[in-house]
Amino acid sequence: MDAAIRVEALSKRFGALEVLHDVSCQVAEGEVVCIIGPSGSGKSTLLRCMNGLEEATSGRVLVHGVPVHDRETDLDAMRRDVGMVFQRFNLFPHKTALENLVLAPRLLRGLTPGAARVRAEALLDKVGVLDKRDVHPNRLSGGQQQRVAIARALAMQPRVMLFDEPTSSLDPEMVDEVLAVMQQLAEEGMTMVVVTHEMGFARRVAHRVLFLDQGRLVEQGPAAAFFDAPREARTRRFLSSVRERGSELGARGSDPHGRAVDPPEPRSTSE
Amino acid sequence: MDPTPIVWFGWFRADIIQEYAPLFWSGLRMTVGVTAVCIVQGTLLGLALGLMRLADARAPLPKLLCRVLLRWPATVYVSFFRGTPLFVQILLMHFAVVPLFVNPVDGWLLSGEAARDLRQDYGAVLTGIVSLTLNAGAYISEIFRAGIQSIDRGQMEAARSLGLSYRQAMAHVVLPQAFRRMLPPLGNNAIALLKDSSLVSAIGLAELAYAARTVAGAYSRYWEPYLTISVMYWMLTLLLAWGVRHLEVRHGRGDSR
Repeated sequence: MDAAIRVEALSKRFGALEVLHDVSCQVAEGEVVCIIGPSGSGKSTLLRCMNGLEEATSGRVLVHGVPVHDRETDLDAMRRDVGMVFQRFNLFPHKTALENLVLAPRLLRGLTPGAARVRAEALLDKVGVLDKRDVHPNRLSGGQQQRVAIARALAMQPRVMLFDEPTSSLDPEMVDEVLAVMQQLAEEGMTMVVVTHEMGFARRVAHRVLFLDQGRLVEQGPAAAFFDAPREARTRRFLSSVRERGSELGARGSDPHGRAVDPPEPRSTSE
Repeated sequence: MDPTPIVWFGWFRADIIQEYAPLFWSGLRMTVGVTAVCIVQGTLLGLALGLMRLADARAPLPKLLCRVLLRWPATVYVSFFRGTPLFVQILLMHFAVVPLFVNPVDGWLLSGEAARDLRQDYGAVLTGIVSLTLNAGAYISEIFRAGIQSIDRGQMEAARSLGLSYRQAMAHVVLPQAFRRMLPPLGNNAIALLKDSSLVSAIGLAELAYAARTVAGAYSRYWEPYLTISVMYWMLTLLLAWGVRHLEVRHGRGDSR
């Protein structure tokens, strides 16, 4: 079976800065892949190249065989089958939770308002926020917003889901509720690519882990082998630094997952 | 024969206002009508110009075309109409530009008897509306541009990631949010437009200021007509401001800022 996503010799530079250097990897149908690495290693850029939010400088990305960065490709059509979840949720603030889910399927899948509503309510129920369906995002907690955002992506019935640090801007006590939804999704067989600092989640849920450092794919492998017996020195350094920070946090009882903690990014105006 | 003067507070000749009430009334309707038409047209023009100024593409050739055919002309346009006095624009339009297009002898659009009639009957209204619209469009395009740019980039990305086209993302996600933020400056702009409409009295458009000038000329009295239209303008701007605030409250829901 052909790969859901195939990345071939992908390089990406922003001006003089090389963010990705000759990265090749693939994600099989039904596979859950976590991308980890220090901040600034190019994880998010790699993910954003997978649905064409970023241009490739060279190399190519195939999603279900469709070359994402090809001039001829209908990006809009391709994106309908690729859900994306953002670090900062990016819910539409002028719409209620339900309306956030209804918009795209109505416009793009030709659903009647009634059918789109039924589907949206089922999804909100699935992620546990059905009671918030008529509430605007600014009245939701971060965890609730992110779960609505996941449901919004699912409403298009995508074949692949991309997660860009989905728990990094959440308060610690809300991380679990979002990870639980993602784990359930993984167990249902969704193809998922997750950029994350949640090592516990990666170990528990991912089939495979990719480790990026300074724009290069340093190591990849099955989750258990990756965490228990990393081959590369850089990987070991990264994992041990994460564990140290994780145990520090763990000592205070706030983080059971061993999270690598990025400096918090400045909050955007959408929050 | 003079009617008996009606005098208020010992100096205000109310009878003059009474005598010319129909003129003030028709002037008021003209001011309101011209302003309303120009707000609507100026908003549409401003939206078009604002989008032109944000036009961009990925591939090199479309990118160049966007810049040369859309961004540059719009930028020059906005710069000109914001950089020259409205009064001068009105005179230029009335005495130079419109005669080029509508002229009994050799109008580019219209000539002959029809052109003469049009100029005679509607000349001032036509140029008045055209100049005010063109000017308002320039200012409103800046409001649209700022409003659209103030929306977090993540909104466009989220919409596009769902598969919405640029146009759909603009129409359903970005513009509705931008519109809310644009309401206060749009309201200010509408009020400015209402007041600026008095300038078209210079080309003989019979609106409020023109009515006051007529009355002042007839009686050589200035307090009565100009104080009267001042109060009328003031009432109109208050009404407009109230309407805008009402809209803001109604459409303010869901905006977390």
